[in-house]
Amino acid sequence: MTAAASQTFVNVGERTNVTGSARFRKMITEGRYAEAVEVARQQVENGAQVIDVNMDEGMLDGAEAMRTFLNLIAAEPDIARVPVMIDSSKWEVIKAGLKCVQGKAIVNSISMKEGEEQFRKQARECLAFGAAVVVMAFDETGQADTKTRKVEICQRAFRILTEEVGFPAEDIIFDPNIFAVATGIEEHNNYAVDFIEAAKVIRKTCPGCHISGGLSNVSFSFRGNEPVRRAMHSVFLYHAIPAGLDMAIVNAGQLDIYDDIEKDLRERVEDVILNRRDDATERLVEIAEGFKGQKGKSLEKDLSWREAAVEKRLEHALVHGITEFINDDTEEARLKAERPLHVIEGPLMDGMNVVGDLFGSGKMFLPQVVKSARVMKQAVAWLEPYMEEEKQRLGTVDVSNGKVLMATVKGDVHDIGKNIVGVVLACNGYEILDLGVMVPAETILDTAANENVDIIGLSGLITPSLDEMVYVASEMERRGMTQPLLIGGATTSPAHTAVKIEPAIRCAPVVHVADASRAVGVVSSLLSEDEKDNFVTQTRARYERMRESRAGGPPKPRLPLGEAREARLKLDWGAYSPPKPTYEGVKTFKDFDLATLARYIDWTPYFSAWDLAGKYPQILKDDIVGEAASSLWRDTQAMMQILIGESWFQPKAVVGFWRANSDGDDIRLGTGDVFHTLRQQMVKDNTRANFALSDFIAPEGDDWIGGFCVTSGPQAEEIAEEFKTKGDDYSSIMVKALADRFAEALAEYMHERARKELWAYAPEEDLSCEELIAEKYRGIRPAPGYPSQPEHTEKETLFKLLDVENRIGVSLTSSFAMTPAASVSGMYFAHPDSVYFAVGRIEKDQVEDYARRKGWDTRKAERWLAPILNYDPFAVG
Amino acid sequence: MNRQERIAALKAAAKERILILDGSWGVMIQRRGLEEADYRADRFGDDKYPGQMKGNNDILCITRPDIVTDLHNAYYGAGADISETNTFSATVIAQDDYKLDPQSVWDINLEGAKLGRAAADAWTAKEPHKPRFLAGSIGPLNKMLSMSSDVNDPGARSVTFDEVYDAYRHQIRALNEGGVDLYLIETITDTLNCKACIKAIMDLEEEGMDKLPIWISGTITDRSGRTLSGQTVEAFWNSVRHAKPFAIGFNCALGADLMRPHIAALSRVADTLVAAYPNAGLPNEMGQYDEEPEQTSGSVGGWAKDGLVNILGGCCGTTPEHIAAIAKAVEGVKPRTPVPSKHTMRLAGLEPFEIVS
Repeated sequence: MTAAASQTFVNVGERTNVTGSARFRKMITEGRYAEAVEVARQQVENGAQVIDVNMDEGMLDGAEAMRTFLNLIAAEPDIARVPVMIDSSKWEVIKAGLKCVQGKAIVNSISMKEGEEQFRKQARECLAFGAAVVVMAFDETGQADTKTRKVEICQRAFRILTEEVGFPAEDIIFDPNIFAVATGIEEHNNYAVDFIEAAKVIRKTCPGCHISGGLSNVSFSFRGNEPVRRAMHSVFLYHAIPAGLDMAIVNAGQLDIYDDIEKDLRERVEDVILNRRDDATERLVEIAEGFKGQKGKSLEKDLSWREAAVEKRLEHALVHGITEFINDDTEEARLKAERPLHVIEGPLMDGMNVVGDLFGSGKMFLPQVVKSARVMKQAVAWLEPYMEEEKQRLGTVDVSNGKVLMATVKGDVHDIGKNIVGVVLACNGYEILDLGVMVPAETILDTAANENVDIIGLSGLITPSLDEMVYVASEMERRGMTQPLLIGGATTSPAHTAVKIEPAIRCAPVVHVADASRAVGVVSSLLSEDEKDNFVTQTRARYERMRESRAGGPPKPRLPLGEAREARLKLDWGAYSPPKPTYEGVKTFKDFDLATLARYIDWTPYFSAWDLAGKYPQILKDDIVGEAASSLWRDTQAMMQILIGESWFQPKAVVGFWRANSDGDDIRLGTGDVFHTLRQQMVKDNTRANFALSDFIAPEGDDWIGGFCVTSGPQAEEIAEEFKTKGDDYSSIMVKALADRFAEALAEYMHERARKELWAYAPEEDLSCEELIAEKYRGIRPAPGYPSQPEHTEKETLFKLLDVENRIGVSLTSSFAMTPAASVSGMYFAHPDSVYFAVGRIEKDQVEDYARRKGWDTRKAERWLAPILNYDPFAVG
Repeated sequence: MNRQERIAALKAAAKERILILDGSWGVMIQRRGLEEADYRADRFGDDKYPGQMKGNNDILCITRPDIVTDLHNAYYGAGADISETNTFSATVIAQDDYKLDPQSVWDINLEGAKLGRAAADAWTAKEPHKPRFLAGSIGPLNKMLSMSSDVNDPGARSVTFDEVYDAYRHQIRALNEGGVDLYLIETITDTLNCKACIKAIMDLEEEGMDKLPIWISGTITDRSGRTLSGQTVEAFWNSVRHAKPFAIGFNCALGADLMRPHIAALSRVADTLVAAYPNAGLPNEMGQYDEEPEQTSGSVGGWAKDGLVNILGGCCGTTPEHIAAIAKAVEGVKPRTPVPSKHTMRLAGLEPFEIVS
């Protein structure tokens, strides 16, 4: 399945179905209902969004079994939270089920098998019970097999339901019958195609309806050959979902990723499903035997590792991130050990060392390490009461490898990277004191002193945080603190650390940490008596060389501001009539559908948030990180299902349009507000312009500019905190990283709506999500703080114009970071020639000019423009 | 006006202004200091109806109709557009506590509806510009379909769906015959009980009974934001939408301040009128409600101004003074515009689940 499909597509869990699961059938017929309830629980935990309950078994009183089971699960909040599909071919069983569910359920199924009158009566009853219905394509003459029959029956049923019974179209799900293909009977060869083609027509001619199907039928002729069946299911879904299939009864654990199916098998399966050649069945049968017995990508567990000694089992659990048996194994190890602490120092740390080694040598990746940490935490939690008890008894004290303080600096709210580093260090036996986000220097340093920490780690993502880090360093110098200072975060760099931070602090070593994988090495070197001096000396020498090489080279040549302005982009305004937005002023947008937004997600940055480099979806098959990426991807998809199903986030957006004209490098708005822009000063060849954003707005006459801010909302941070409290950093980091993705997706989505509907200058645009990500559209949405306008304070004007804080609850910190962090803002430009560009480094003449326009003194301008200055503002002379 | 005209007038009035429901009946009856004999009168002698009858407020529809009429008048006089019949517990299941026979339960509903009808019509005649309406009160049961009745057996239930359905069906027929303008299924603690009631109404209408508007009012029992049977606000709404209710809302259990977020949540999703009638705050340590009329009206008046509601009233502890204060606070305030219908499949367990077409 493709990513997009799995998010708009509803998996109905089939494990609580006596006709689909022999195990469940046995539990029910033997009256083992407590175990049966656990099956339902497991399904919901594994992400089933709806659970199918079927008790159609000859030996059972179906109505009684249905009633008993539904009443039992109604008492389990973690099961009862999802809707139920009441599945039976017997109307009295369905009715018994409907009498037990307080929520809105789905009836599966009714049909015209016994004539229209019966059908009407049952539909009316479903409506009065408040249930949605699955309607089988079945009439008086039998089940529909061809496309024509499927379409004709569904259309007739749709008309009766909507026009005569008053059934809401959106509560109708058609099941146009998935039949087995590759049976050897020629008439069956087109069954899958018939279904897919029928689905298209039904969705189109019965507006609002849904399409469902029992997937396992399609592969019936390959009973006993799971790898082939799974491949057939995945290929079928791959083609049926775009045709309109939006629900299926399926065991989600038994689907392969379409791209992962072995190529030859996939091609032959595809031939069968799509009925592409006469010998398709023979060709599939030919190779099918070779796959039989293969486990393939099955999630079936290999439990042979359970037979090893307890130390090995703990190691296995840590390396593979398995929590299932950890309490039992930890307990076993504890009983063997002299003291509970020895379990940690012994087998658990040994296991984590293996994790550390694999991670260090690039054989394990961050998401896996974070999962290992989760296992470690659970094991330690198991031991804690025993250690506490021992402490009481013996009066001993704790020792750790060292204490590391971590904080995201004042004005910044981004902490995903910091949290990852914290987890990785904690796994390696360091005690982590995490002060959170937006921490003022005073708090960091006071806490470091009071808590006697060994190392201070600072994190930040936006450029103003770089200055704040310099300030923290200079305060450490003033107070004479000697703890090593670690610098990390997306905008930080060894160069900045060398040139700006290290000179501010001479009494303590400063080290830039490029990513989480380096953190352990750096920290252990800094805390090791043997290595520390050598490591510090080497680092200082390296930074010294960096400073020299920067100081040594001349600054790149820049054009004087006047010349750069002459070389501005000169658009022919006479030949262009600027489009008028459909409104002026500001509008708020909310109640977004997360499943829709999910389709706009660019997943590549998500993987890089986890330090996994590579482009999605190729990254899933990458030779080096593919396995880690795929595993992360599976966990992410599981969270996405719940996240979307439970609407974890409530994203909001605000979009405004205003009349505007350019005035030199400024953009003056009809409201009296001004956007200040910055102009490229690099020396270019004559044919290329030196851009400023103001070039894209007409100097006079009608023209407009837009602005937007979108946010995933504050929920992500609360949910992440909940996970963290429960010791599940993996999920905590994941939910934050997903919130960031949703904010970016919403920005993309709103920009599309702006182009097509709000500003409406491209109403005919029809781009796929991939093309959107590749920015193949007209107009741009640059954001203050990014290359086309690197100066952050412009956000203040934008936020004021959009009334952002009142409307959608996003505010700016003292460093102009947006909080909640999962937010995106920017301006809209509509001119077809508007492009993204990087301002690059600028000269003092522009800084002074910009300061004058902003009403600042030059010093202040230099501070806010520090990252792009082409000169050293503190240079003497 | 005949009933169809009254229903049309009710719908028209709801478009123009915020409608006012009456307040608590319990506290007003309590103030009368009634004795066992008031409850029994001649009809319910202790030879046939042993045990205590005092406290069975619904029976006053038969035994002290004067008090019931007085209270309708007090609330209509305070500015209520809608008053409720005194039939909150008038089902064969709830009245089994008093060993009442089905005929007596029928009579409570029938007489209760007639009393209310007469009072409402008198006020409408007197003030034709402000017609008064009568809602048939259908309260919860002391037995729930979704909750286990035995701590050791989560599957146990003390009542069946069919029993609940039959009990409500009986009450609905009597209320309809007595002349109510709409049904108010209220203080819903278990959505499945409510769904049995909805099905009874829909089935009776299918069989030819006069079709009346339905107002569904759930109860969020505490700060968790869920009903007693565990549903979230939106899940509750998804589970009862098929009734195509005239109004949906919450009442009881909470005072106005704690109820607001749940009303706001409902207001965001409901494509119909939203109604709220909170308690007069939370009970004090003596079990009494002491929120002043101005406090209650101040809170709910704010909801009206923020466009969250269409109908306001009071539940436990509120009095005609509270209702008068609320009516005054929302005078001239524009009622909420229901959100447009969203044509997506909206399922629910304890939590909502939406499938976009």
